[in-house]
Amino acid sequence: MQPEELEALRETYWRENRRWMLILGTVWFLVSLGCGVLWVEPLNDFQLGGFKLGFWFAQQGAIYVFIILIFVYARLMARLEKRLSLEELGE
Amino acid sequence: MTLTETTYWVVGATFAVYILIAIRSRAGTTQEFYVAGKGIHPVANGMATAADWMSAASFISMAGLIGLSYNGYGGSVFLMGWTGGYVLLAMLIAPYLRKYGKFTVPEFIGDRYYSDTARVVAVICLIICSVTYVIGQMKGIGVAFSRFLETDYETGLFSGMVIVFFYAVLGGMKGITYTQIAQFCVLIFAYTVPAIFISLQLTGQPIPQLGLGSTLADGTYLLQKLDQTLLDLGFQEYTTSVRGSTLNMAAFTASLMIGTAGLPHVIIRFFTVPTVSAARTSAGWALVFIAILYTTAPAVAAMARLNIMQTLQPEPNQHLAIEERPEWFRNWERTGLLGIDDKNGDGRIQYSADPDTNELVTLDNDILVLANPEIAQLPHWVVALVAAGGLAAALSTAAGLLLAISSAISHDLLKRTFMPHISERQELMASRVAMAGAVLGAGYLGLNPPGFAAGTVALAFGLAASSLFPALFLGIFSKRVTREGAILGMLAGLGVTLAYVFQHKGIMFIPGTGFLGDMPPNWFLGIEPNAFGVVGALVNFAVTLAVTYMTAPPPAAVQQLVEEIRVPVSLEPR
Repeated sequence: MQPEELEALRETYWRENRRWMLILGTVWFLVSLGCGVLWVEPLNDFQLGGFKLGFWFAQQGAIYVFIILIFVYARLMARLEKRLSLEELGE
Repeated sequence: MTLTETTYWVVGATFAVYILIAIRSRAGTTQEFYVAGKGIHPVANGMATAADWMSAASFISMAGLIGLSYNGYGGSVFLMGWTGGYVLLAMLIAPYLRKYGKFTVPEFIGDRYYSDTARVVAVICLIICSVTYVIGQMKGIGVAFSRFLETDYETGLFSGMVIVFFYAVLGGMKGITYTQIAQFCVLIFAYTVPAIFISLQLTGQPIPQLGLGSTLADGTYLLQKLDQTLLDLGFQEYTTSVRGSTLNMAAFTASLMIGTAGLPHVIIRFFTVPTVSAARTSAGWALVFIAILYTTAPAVAAMARLNIMQTLQPEPNQHLAIEERPEWFRNWERTGLLGIDDKNGDGRIQYSADPDTNELVTLDNDILVLANPEIAQLPHWVVALVAAGGLAAALSTAAGLLLAISSAISHDLLKRTFMPHISERQELMASRVAMAGAVLGAGYLGLNPPGFAAGTVALAFGLAASSLFPALFLGIFSKRVTREGAILGMLAGLGVTLAYVFQHKGIMFIPGTGFLGDMPPNWFLGIEPNAFGVVGALVNFAVTLAVTYMTAPPPAAVQQLVEEIRVPVSLEPR
């Protein structure tokens, strides 16, 4: 590949990567500092089984979402790398 | 068999496994010693990371912190903070440092900021946070031994040192990784088994995470009952009691998250996997394994708190007679973790939020996890398992920290800064000597804990958040940030955080030297010292960026390095 093409590839990869980070990072912020801290009082008016909803987010829900976020990010990046033929062969 | 004998057998068996693994996984090269040859499967590395991460504090103290000191909701800062950091690690740090592909965190900072000064500043930050952290583990080992195996503290500490010495000096990262996997299995089993039993007893639900939201035998929700019982005794409601203020809760959570993503002993675990994408999935697996404990802990916290209160006060206004207190209660009184004082002389124990009338004068946080199996009347082997689990948690974290410290000394200070001409064999020898020295040093500090050991959380997380994380993040996401910016930024973040912690907690945590007093009215915007790392991080970012735009851009080779670590494969023109 020509240097200009490589440069374009780099640009595309990094732009897409940053876009996913921004989207998933926003979700990360909303479930933890949002639902778990800032809006915990209004959310506590709702009940999830025996849990007040805000309390549940702070003590369990946020953690489950964190796990999902990491695996979604890993999957999205793997797909992006496949699309741009940037997959690693392993060492 | 008596309880102590059973405990000896269980703990002895786990130690035999650790030694066996140590013998089988000797390191032959520096690559094996520092990064386990980069051949660890992402799921296996996830498990090792979980053991590395979950310390004696997570295992023994966290449920008690949540259930007692932080009274429920306030303790959420630990749950969200110590897990949310993994999202930052997986997206912002781990994949790029894995692509960089060398051995240590200060090494990256030194190369990215083209400066030995930056490398040495990073080594200093690393050593301060890791050493304070490791002292806590050493103390945990000594305490676990003395409580469960009835040895003295020194003997316990010494036995722990011998074990760590064995597998860390021989096997380096390789030996540590495989023992950490075994230790994870021990600790997670030991944590969940009593939790399942206690959940079954209270709610009939075997999964503690669901049990926390279930109903008790009388049909009321567990959390509702807990809220009501606490209100009756004059405490705040369990599910809504905020720690300080909303701002303090947010700052505390953010500091722990950012600190997690900046702690070197966690970051280097991701250097051991074969590829960049493996580093991402491995962070996900690490969080899965951590979450097993971290979602069980709030259930243990609430259930054990309720159990203790119901033991003391089976019916409203009916207090437990001192003569009738159960066996476990007497046992833990002897260790000083529980204490009663019959202030009104009626022969009964009144537990209340009012310090003038409260007769349960000592209720240590650690009691919630340690006494849990006895309160629930579980068999001896479960109690023995808790001892083995606490030791596994302390040993695995200690080993990870010691590796971070020793590789910073042998690789960053010796090989990269002061003696660049030593051969690989000499460096491997130096790394073993550094490891041996680190184990002995940590053991010494465990025997003679300095005043600052008490401030582990404030120091380790505050410093990682305020010094290392911003330097790593900006080093990856900006090509423009300069040597001068990063060095001054790290020092400013470090300085602000240390100054804040010391002015409220005492210089080097020596009581009486704090010049502003450890009182909420004196806190900046009501933020407590433990939560100040995020402010330090913001100061670091501001200083780094301001200085950067006053200095000349980094050399082309450094900008090239940043380009290279951002993509998973090498993109050279072909």
